Amino acid sequence: MSTLVYLIPIALSLGGLSLAAFLWSIKSGQYEDLDGAAWRVLDDGDGATRHGEQPDDRRA
Amino acid sequence: MSCCAPGTEGALDGAAALGATPSAEELLLASRDLGEGLRQTDLSVPAMHCGACISTIENALTELAGIESARVNLTAKRVTVRWRAGQGFDPQTIVTAITSTGYAAHLFTAQLAGDDELRNQLIRAVAVSGFAAMNIMLLSVSVWSGAEASTRDMFHWISAFIAGPVLLYAGRFFFRSAWGALKHGRTNMDVPISLAVTLSYFVSLWETIHHAEHAWFDATVTLLFFLLIGRTLDHVMRDRARSAITGLARLSPRGAMVVSANGAREYRPVEEIAVGDQLSVAAGERIAVDARVVTGTSDVDRSLVSGESAPVTARPGTQLEAGVMNLTGALVVEATAVARESFLAEVIGLMEAAEGGRARYRRLADRAAAYYSPVVHLLALISFFCWGFYDGDWKHAMLVAVAVLIITCPCALGLAVPVVQVVAAGRLFSNGVMVKDGSAMERLAEIDTALFDKTGTLTMGTPRLVGRTSAVEGAGDRRPTAQPFAIAAAIGGHSRHPLSGALAAAYTGPLPQFQTVTEIPGCGLEAVAPEGTYRLGNRAFACGVDDDGNDGAATSEVVLSLDRRPLETYSFEDRLRPAARNAIDSLLHQGVEVGILSGDRPAPVERVASMLGVERWRAALAPRDKTEAVTTCAESGRKVLMVGDGINDAPALSAAHVSMAPATAADIGRQAADLVFLHNGLDSVSFALETARKASSLIRQNFALAIGYNVIAVPIAIFGHATPLIAAIAMSTSSIIVVGNSLRLRGKAPAAADNAVKQAPSVGMARPA
Repeated sequence: MSTLVYLIPIALSLGGLSLAAFLWSIKSGQYEDLDGAAWRVLDDGDGATRHGEQPDDRRA
Repeated sequence: MSCCAPGTEGALDGAAALGATPSAEELLLASRDLGEGLRQTDLSVPAMHCGACISTIENALTELAGIESARVNLTAKRVTVRWRAGQGFDPQTIVTAITSTGYAAHLFTAQLAGDDELRNQLIRAVAVSGFAAMNIMLLSVSVWSGAEASTRDMFHWISAFIAGPVLLYAGRFFFRSAWGALKHGRTNMDVPISLAVTLSYFVSLWETIHHAEHAWFDATVTLLFFLLIGRTLDHVMRDRARSAITGLARLSPRGAMVVSANGAREYRPVEEIAVGDQLSVAAGERIAVDARVVTGTSDVDRSLVSGESAPVTARPGTQLEAGVMNLTGALVVEATAVARESFLAEVIGLMEAAEGGRARYRRLADRAAAYYSPVVHLLALISFFCWGFYDGDWKHAMLVAVAVLIITCPCALGLAVPVVQVVAAGRLFSNGVMVKDGSAMERLAEIDTALFDKTGTLTMGTPRLVGRTSAVEGAGDRRPTAQPFAIAAAIGGHSRHPLSGALAAAYTGPLPQFQTVTEIPGCGLEAVAPEGTYRLGNRAFACGVDDDGNDGAATSEVVLSLDRRPLETYSFEDRLRPAARNAIDSLLHQGVEVGILSGDRPAPVERVASMLGVERWRAALAPRDKTEAVTTCAESGRKVLMVGDGINDAPALSAAHVSMAPATAADIGRQAADLVFLHNGLDSVSFALETARKASSLIRQNFALAIGYNVIAVPIAIFGHATPLIAAIAMSTSSIIVVGNSLRLRGKAPAAADNAVKQAPSVGMARPA
């Protein structure tokens, strides 16, 4: 019984953590280009492409 | 195309060929200012489809001086480029850099920001309700497995605290829509949904306060979670189709080069062009507003405007409609109407007046809800009163009524339609057909008549070389130095005229070079070579004789001559879309009547009709006539599918019960159409119809399943045996069964008929002027 006192908050905060992570990933545009991401992971970066940058077209 | 298997890009290349590269002024006009001299341009590159495409394009762009960054979005098939304005940077180099890598690029306007926002809101709501459903289910399972007294109360309270905010946050979509419907005295699926989730929450809260055994918090949030998934899928499907459609080549210009009285030239957006302005229109550009030719002669392509398949000659005084493509010579025209009153605006007016099937159509789910919700609410009310009078315990009666509402809450019904439609739309999408919304698919399944436009819809709208005959009539002392066909192809390569283009495309091999090739608009091309003067064009021009003996000919011809002596004659025909015959046969086989409505002259229309075995056809129709033909058909009780591509088809497209357009259609036609197909093959139409009919039967099956489940579950609730556990199990199983049934649609789709081009028969093209 007393274990519930800390087990329930732990369960809820873990769930909340994953919810926050998901919401963050939407907000930062992780789902904008699913097809492209699948290919980019194979790109070994030999080209001159600047990978870090993301011209963001959502904040129009 | 530089890589991978050919896919949807076939038709898009055609579209690219029609629209010229956007000019620097147009690019500047369409770009967005990000501040500090930085500008952003969004370009649509429909042909890219793999990792190599990404790095090719990004590398080609980032190598350019003046470009800050370039990023490809493969899903949306877009490139976002940031560049520094000033420093002599010409934005057109962006487009040329992309084109030089072998991809066609078109301007893209990011106008869908509002829709994206709704999608993100929906996804966030799904995430939040999913989180809540998981946690509350965790607590509920503990209660069901035997938590008692204060532990149970605590679990209920925690559930209540999670469910409350979620109800407000994730339920608002349903509340808003239900309220909107009720305000107008209607009812939709969202009314029983809203009622069930709110009632179940507040009854559970009341029960929790009174330390009762059962609470329904898990039902509340699970319902929201499932229903939101359906809602989100529905929205994402529409979103994807819409962004793919807007990503296509844009055919109407955004502006025009205005020449002022003192000769200064200025590029102005379409809206700022006034009547009387002199506009300079280069070869290959479209005319932005209705105008009259002042100086210059040229051939113009009116196929998107009037459906005429052959180019017409424009001379000073010729009246041209907005959207006409200037093919061969530079023109100076005088605007005769502002954009708002141009031909295009007239067509838009007709479109608004033509109240199509879509305005009157009520979606299947809403029609089902109209029967469903009164029955459900009545059932709940009856059980409330029956239990109340039977044992006098009104609190128990209330609980039973709520249980009835929760059990009958159309969870499976809410998924029945969107899941099928998303699966069907995905199947169509992978075969190059884009559906704008779910109701279009429902309407498509109902049709019994299909009306087709001819030019650009049944035919490709581009001529093809079908025959050449040598005219060896005792050639004089001067002989051509090369094979006549090669000469004709070399000369033809200098012109934008469709016949010249077809000639150049038909010849493969080394081409002779000519010092000077001049184009005489309305006549043909002239090339000067050491051995004499070659002329390529109509017979009168090439041979210097008046010949009007074969006006009725269904094919068009071009003559190559050397010093006015004919060398070879080439004949061209507009070819049918691949698989046109199959598509028509398959439509007839599915019990659909087929007809042709064309703006072209009777002769070519009759020829197409007889080749396809279509008995009903009408020619030389104005946009208004087409619309009337569609509405008369609809008034006689028929459900019409209109397939067309031109500006002149747009009103008919919106008047029809449901409409389709090829990707090469005019902007306005694509916007008016409910479905857009990317492949060249016309069998997309019959494929779409078949899929829509299958989807419709699956939706009906799903309704039957959901109602069958209710028939079993409702008596349990009415007799007061429904516990939250039974409700949770029943709800999940019925939803899973419905989703499983919907997935049966994902069968193997037939291969697209793009490869069938070679076998496609040809039809006559009108003779050029």
